[in-house]
Amino acid sequence: MVQKPARYTGGEFNEIKKNLDDVRVRVAFCFPDTYEIGMSNVGMRILYGIMNNMDGVWCERVFAPWADMENAMRENNLPLWALESQDPVKDFDMIAFTIGYEMCYTNILNMLRLSGVPLRAADRKGLKSIVFAGGVCAYNPEPLADFVDFFSLGEGEDITVEILSLYDRAKAEQWSKESFLLEVSRIPGVYVPSFYKHEYNEDGTLQSITALNGAPEKVTKRIVENLDEAYYPTKMIVPSTEIVHDRANLEVFRGCIRGCRFCQAGFSCRPVRRKSAKVLYRQAVESLENSGHNEITLSSLSTSDYRELKELTDEMIPYCVDHKVNLSVPSLRADNFSRELMMKLQTLRKSGLTFAPEAGTQRLRDVINKNLTEEEILTTCANAFSGGWNNVKLYFMLGLPTETDEDVLGIAELVYKIITTWKECATNKKRGLRVHVATAFFVPKPHTPFQWEKQITPEEYLRRCKLLKEHFYSKSIEYNYHEPDLSRLEAVFARGDRRVGAVIEEATLRGARLDGWDEFFSYKTWLEAFDACGVDPNFYTVRGMEEDGILPWDTIDVGVTKDFLRSERKTAYEGKITPDCRAGCSGCGANCLLKEVTCDA
Amino acid sequence: MPRLLFEKKGESIWISHLDIMRVFQRAFKRAGLPLTHTQGFNPRPSVSIALPLSVGVASCCELLDFELDGCDVSLEEIRSRLNTALVAGICVLDVYEQGRKIRDLSLLRCSVVLEYDNGIPVGGLEKLSNLFAQEEVVVPKKTKNGIQEQNIIPMIRNVDIMAEGENTVVVNALICCQNPTLNPAQLVAAIGQYLPEMTPDFSKCTRLEIYDNREEIFR
Repeated sequence: MVQKPARYTGGEFNEIKKNLDDVRVRVAFCFPDTYEIGMSNVGMRILYGIMNNMDGVWCERVFAPWADMENAMRENNLPLWALESQDPVKDFDMIAFTIGYEMCYTNILNMLRLSGVPLRAADRKGLKSIVFAGGVCAYNPEPLADFVDFFSLGEGEDITVEILSLYDRAKAEQWSKESFLLEVSRIPGVYVPSFYKHEYNEDGTLQSITALNGAPEKVTKRIVENLDEAYYPTKMIVPSTEIVHDRANLEVFRGCIRGCRFCQAGFSCRPVRRKSAKVLYRQAVESLENSGHNEITLSSLSTSDYRELKELTDEMIPYCVDHKVNLSVPSLRADNFSRELMMKLQTLRKSGLTFAPEAGTQRLRDVINKNLTEEEILTTCANAFSGGWNNVKLYFMLGLPTETDEDVLGIAELVYKIITTWKECATNKKRGLRVHVATAFFVPKPHTPFQWEKQITPEEYLRRCKLLKEHFYSKSIEYNYHEPDLSRLEAVFARGDRRVGAVIEEATLRGARLDGWDEFFSYKTWLEAFDACGVDPNFYTVRGMEEDGILPWDTIDVGVTKDFLRSERKTAYEGKITPDCRAGCSGCGANCLLKEVTCDA
Repeated sequence: MPRLLFEKKGESIWISHLDIMRVFQRAFKRAGLPLTHTQGFNPRPSVSIALPLSVGVASCCELLDFELDGCDVSLEEIRSRLNTALVAGICVLDVYEQGRKIRDLSLLRCSVVLEYDNGIPVGGLEKLSNLFAQEEVVVPKKTKNGIQEQNIIPMIRNVDIMAEGENTVVVNALICCQNPTLNPAQLVAAIGQYLPEMTPDFSKCTRLEIYDNREEIFR
């Protein structure tokens, strides 16, 4: 018997079923991870609603099966199916993927394999089983270029409708796949990888990218300008089994004003677009009434930066109290209003204090433009400790550009100061203090000022972890560091070119999948796959990239200009910060994507 | 405390006991029927189900106790509103002002369907009847403290075994469902253990009706 069978049956409340007689285009919308993860994804829920609102289109959900189910499927020759109709994915017109994380690439290929659909785009003939993909990983689509017919860049609200309408016509008029790809490449925001020729120098770097078949030199991501008028799903599917984020979710705005130099979302999701508290309140009430959830979360990249946070929470708190709903507001900054709000919401009681200083010294925090000072951390801690809290979580990265041992030891120093603050302020010392410290291995990401940076070697990362560990003297500290293997591969695929596609395929065929899950990740399998394909991971990690060279993702335009990223990199090396966008526009270029409204930073 | 009777069929049989509680908590909320909440650090809507049902087992006779938070709605209204708010396969059949004490619940009528892809083995029905006519049939039972041997015969009030077509045997049994409890799946386990040749290719259990110890229907 397979574990948690309810995740494979569909039939949840608000699931959309259609009569096949009224359906002309069937889309299998695949999330390359388990049901519990995928159903927690807001983007997927938005696009599920958008596609199913279209006449003649039926979009169904598909998730990666857990290993026990996968084995059962193979034993019984059962191909992967979609939840709503339980029909095999291979019978669908289009197969869509949303990709948010590099280490789910094998899940994509494995899902195609379980469906019985050829992995390589060139092996799929005709209009059936057209595979397209979107999500943040599409901002460097090259590792998947051989497998995905086309990518949809940016926010999917409008472009998805345009793509499906074109497919509807193509199917009715019996176009060839080639004609369809040619036409779809003319939709702004669509990138057809087979229309671009990548040539390499002898040293392995890119020599040229040539656009073919009249495809655009640059493909610019799409955005929604007016979020108040944009579709937002308030009648969402309510899973019958527990998922990771088992609550209603309200996206309060898009974009980020902060500009932390390592953060891909911070740059690639620009410009900032507002959503009014009035609309959000209405959508919150509708979502809660339609779902019956007892928790709602306000999500964004940095919710403290939402201009109308006070108005919205002032209105929502009474409603939530009346209806016994928990209001959760994650990713708040350590400012005064947020502190008050946390007290009011009592979220502190549940989640404790969490900070992500990312770096141990002010110098390095300035380099990465992480605008969080030691003083802010210590003041917030002092307040919380005097209010009776005894738990702090701290997140850092190791291997950041310019990092020295002094920066690493700065982490230990900061933790020591927090412990001292606790000794001074704590009102309840009986239970003692717990400080959880976690370090991650820095992964340079495309479309950030650090996109050209070297990743340090796993050995050097582990040396820094060990150094830090040796300087934690207190028993109150619990230190965890991420294993470097996964982050090394993540770095390869984040900045990979077309040649790493073969490695993903090879690893999948050797049984790699569910790499994001510790119980399945096999570094050995991956290293063998690299070896078999003659690809050296170091080329993509420790080598770093030439600032004046061609980058694999140069065809993709996310709005922020390469010149701006270059100047941000320079400013980083000067140890200078760039003030947040609200303090003054720093000219990233993303505002050029807007026609109707201005950037709301 | 009011009580409702619901059935669990179709795909919904794959929803676990804990998840069913959540499904109902949300359905009450969607139906505009606020539940009272438990006191304590983490208040939860108060619903409780009489007999936890194993994943994969269908039922026509599940009982769920609940308490509304100051909501004056007729029993029929509760039933119809919940049914619009529930997922496919789960249906509220009846709502009662007050139920009997759960400790008086003692017997369960269940059907166990045994399917044989290559037809029912010759003499199968007789073998099955003889098995349950023995005085002792000991089957291992998984408990919190490990595996225990359990004689299931004293917990079976009566068994009726019929063939349905050429491939299916239906075992209809009245068994103890509380103090002690016999899981209908143990009947299949017993067959597999004592009559390996009668191990079905597929089996499926359904709860049909529940009774007190005088065999009167329990609500």
